[in-house]
Amino acid sequence: MSDRALDRVAAATPQPVARKIKGLSDRAIAWIFVAPTIFLLLAINIFPLIWTIRLSFTNYRANRLNREPEFVGLRNYERILTDSDIWLNMQATAHFLFWTIFFQVLIGFTLAWLINKKFKGNDLWTTIIVLPMMLSPAVVGNFWKFLYQPQIGLFNYIVGFLTGKDPSSFEMLGQVDLAPWAIVIVDTWMWTPFVMLICLAGLRSIPDYIYEAAEIDRASKLRQFFTITVPMVLPFLMLAVLFRGIENFKMFDLVVQLTGGGPGSVTELTSINLKREAFEKWRTGYASAYAIILFVTVFGLASIYVKALNKVKER
Amino acid sequence: MSSFSVTEPSNRTKWFAGTLVILYAVITMIPLVWIALTGFKSPSDAIAYPPKYVIGSDSEAGFKPTLEGYVNLFTTRTRQTQEFLDANPPENWADEIVRQYDMVIVGPSKFGERFLNSVIIGFGSTFLSVFLGTLAAYAFSRFKIPLADDLLFFILSTRMMPPIAVAIPIFLMYRQLGLSDTHLGMILLYTGVNISLAVWLLKSFIDGIPTEYEEAALIDGYTRFQAFYKVVLPQAATGIASTAIFCLIFAWNEYAFAVLLTTANAQTAPPFIPTIIGVGGLDWPAIAAGVTIFLLPVMIFTILLRKHLLRGITFGAVRK
Repeated sequence: MSDRALDRVAAATPQPVARKIKGLSDRAIAWIFVAPTIFLLLAINIFPLIWTIRLSFTNYRANRLNREPEFVGLRNYERILTDSDIWLNMQATAHFLFWTIFFQVLIGFTLAWLINKKFKGNDLWTTIIVLPMMLSPAVVGNFWKFLYQPQIGLFNYIVGFLTGKDPSSFEMLGQVDLAPWAIVIVDTWMWTPFVMLICLAGLRSIPDYIYEAAEIDRASKLRQFFTITVPMVLPFLMLAVLFRGIENFKMFDLVVQLTGGGPGSVTELTSINLKREAFEKWRTGYASAYAIILFVTVFGLASIYVKALNKVKER
Repeated sequence: MSSFSVTEPSNRTKWFAGTLVILYAVITMIPLVWIALTGFKSPSDAIAYPPKYVIGSDSEAGFKPTLEGYVNLFTTRTRQTQEFLDANPPENWADEIVRQYDMVIVGPSKFGERFLNSVIIGFGSTFLSVFLGTLAAYAFSRFKIPLADDLLFFILSTRMMPPIAVAIPIFLMYRQLGLSDTHLGMILLYTGVNISLAVWLLKSFIDGIPTEYEEAALIDGYTRFQAFYKVVLPQAATGIASTAIFCLIFAWNEYAFAVLLTTANAQTAPPFIPTIIGVGGLDWPAIAAGVTIFLLPVMIFTILLRKHLLRGITFGAVRK
């Protein structure tokens, strides 16, 4: 916020009103009201970002205080982009992203569609369904770990009960082939309600008269669903996918509590890997470069996605 | 409904939809109910196979409810010799529960402290975010501030960064400033993370309040500041309340920053709960008790304030 900007604020205030004001001028008020927020945003959001960019060009290690960091140019970036392990983390993240979004959209949309049939007591049941997404992901991960215990866990017991399998014959969190699905199940349990709520908002935004007109034209219910309901909810659904995509790209707390990235590193999502580099191996400079790469990736993908979203909206 | 409507689903459709939704709701609640039950089990009942789920029955699937988990959650205990136990009879019901394992309560555990930290940091950062957020949102809404929208959007987009990425420089910065592991540090951090969303939400609420009211107040001789807190604030109360709920839930649930930036003094409950260790492995009833106590406020909150909350989620998401 520059002084020139504030001058423009003052100039934009209508003269008669401005003259009437006692006490502080509008310009001063605007400055006083905005300054603390701007200061905090600079301190907690912008300044750290700039610092991370600067660190990403050095070999700084935060656990060695008395060694001067050296400028290493783009070497950190080069090493990350050519590291095959990081591509494995990216793959784990992609698997997690794809399947969580797939199931959440499928179940979330179905639920929203059913709730929109306006049966009695639907708002009460909606509230109950929404509960999981309000909870702390780390704590959720912690108690799902209990449900997933091989011999004693309720999840294994129920699966065993339904399929006839021995509940101690499989380990959701300990087996390389099952652990990636274990985290998908919990995330889906937790976040399906979010997709549902957004879809519900979309369904409720469709005016009744469109369906009435379709009914007069003798369009079948199925046809109405595909030519009215789906296209009109699509922008909402895409928005829900965007939010879930961003959130799950940076997923940390839930998965770190559930599996800690294991077994081996099959559920080591990029955020967990980043934590390992930054706070266990203390390769601060390297981790900073990693962080910047992740940020650019999300930002880039999100921007492309938003462009597509706007195209859908225009139709 | 008196008149016939083509868009009103038939009774059979409603019944069918209702059944499926209720079925989903019941399934989705099973894990939560299970954790609540586990909090009232003894350690051996908690890990019994097949699982015990009937309260107070003597059958194979039944367990006797006990407050052991809760006692273990809130206290620290030590094992004692038989002579000591004989010489010192139990002082209260909690002591009595512990005696069956030849133990005595020696003091409170850290859980109370960690829970209090969650309360202090949660409410502190919520108050600060909403207070500063309302002021800024008013200014962004009423005065022409150049680039306001772009600025807001850019700041909101920094939330796309993984929390760990933000934590690296914050960790270094806090170490320099002596804010590591302090309540103030965590309050400022959560406020910084929340405030962009708070301003964004509040601005849209304040945008909805007609400017005519304030202009009338200004002409009546109010100062701009008086017009703000006597005219605008009361009308924005709903928006402020629902923004506050979002900020509070975020701060209450946050884990990544808490686990990296706090160790003892300002540690909140989420990083603490998983570390509760009992005798011979994890003390699942105590963990379940801690989970229940920690999650219950949010659940009650959600049910009581569902109207604002559910509207807020879709409102915040659908606006842009």
